[in-house]
Amino acid sequence: MAGVNLGIDVHRRGDWIVIAPIGDLDMGSAPRLRQEVVTAVAAGDTHLVVDLGSVDFIDSVGLGVIVGARRRARSNGGEVMLAGLSEQARALFELVDLDRVFAVDLDLDAATAGPT
Amino acid sequence: MTEANVGRDVILEIPARADYLELVRAVVAAAAYVDPDFGDDRIEDLRLAVSEATTNAIRAHASLGSDNRIRVRCNVDDDRIEVEVHDRGPGFDAHGIPDLPDVDDPARLLWESGLGLPLMKELTDESEWASDDAGTVVRLVVYTRSFLRD
Repeated sequence: MAGVNLGIDVHRRGDWIVIAPIGDLDMGSAPRLRQEVVTAVAAGDTHLVVDLGSVDFIDSVGLGVIVGARRRARSNGGEVMLAGLSEQARALFELVDLDRVFAVDLDLDAATAGPT
Repeated sequence: MTEANVGRDVILEIPARADYLELVRAVVAAAAYVDPDFGDDRIEDLRLAVSEATTNAIRAHASLGSDNRIRVRCNVDDDRIEVEVHDRGPGFDAHGIPDLPDVDDPARLLWESGLGLPLMKELTDESEWASDDAGTVVRLVVYTRSFLRD
């Protein structure tokens, strides 16, 4: 059954590591994203883009992992940007005011250009 | 897992495992789509709220054996869809859950969980919890567009 076995693509793009989950980002799958963030930061890659362009659904657990990724990256001198949010994801970030913390309307090119 | 129709009820009994979340979301959304008057945006809201409730139920079952199922009952009538998520966990005190700090407060960004209940309240027209040491029932209701207009 989908969900737990989240597909995830990780690749470098310029100075940024792009982590791109595929599928639903919920309790079953979000730990995999957290694991990729921890691995990247431990390797010294602290500038991360979480590309949500292939995420069909995200809930508060997925949101929590992204908040945690930002805290982890920033405490190591880095940053987390988001790209490719669906309507559902954007609405969720707005609902909990996290659109004031993350830019939620960027594509991958804009996200890998870093904060404006 | 059993699925049965009782009147206009759709009932799912699922193992307390995260890989059943997607199934619960799909069934609730499909039940709501039977009535086009709910609107895609409200069905999306309900799908997320039910996912949050079921996630909490799965967590509540962490200390129980796998024989204890989570029951999701979905009832659609002319005016509204009602979903109940019933777990057999140890219960919790909803009033004891602290409010989230404002997003401008740096402490807020230390919170990586705790958004489930606020989201359920925000995303539905009615939400309530009944919890004791035998379990928790979460009831979520979304009304049709025409009901809310009238």
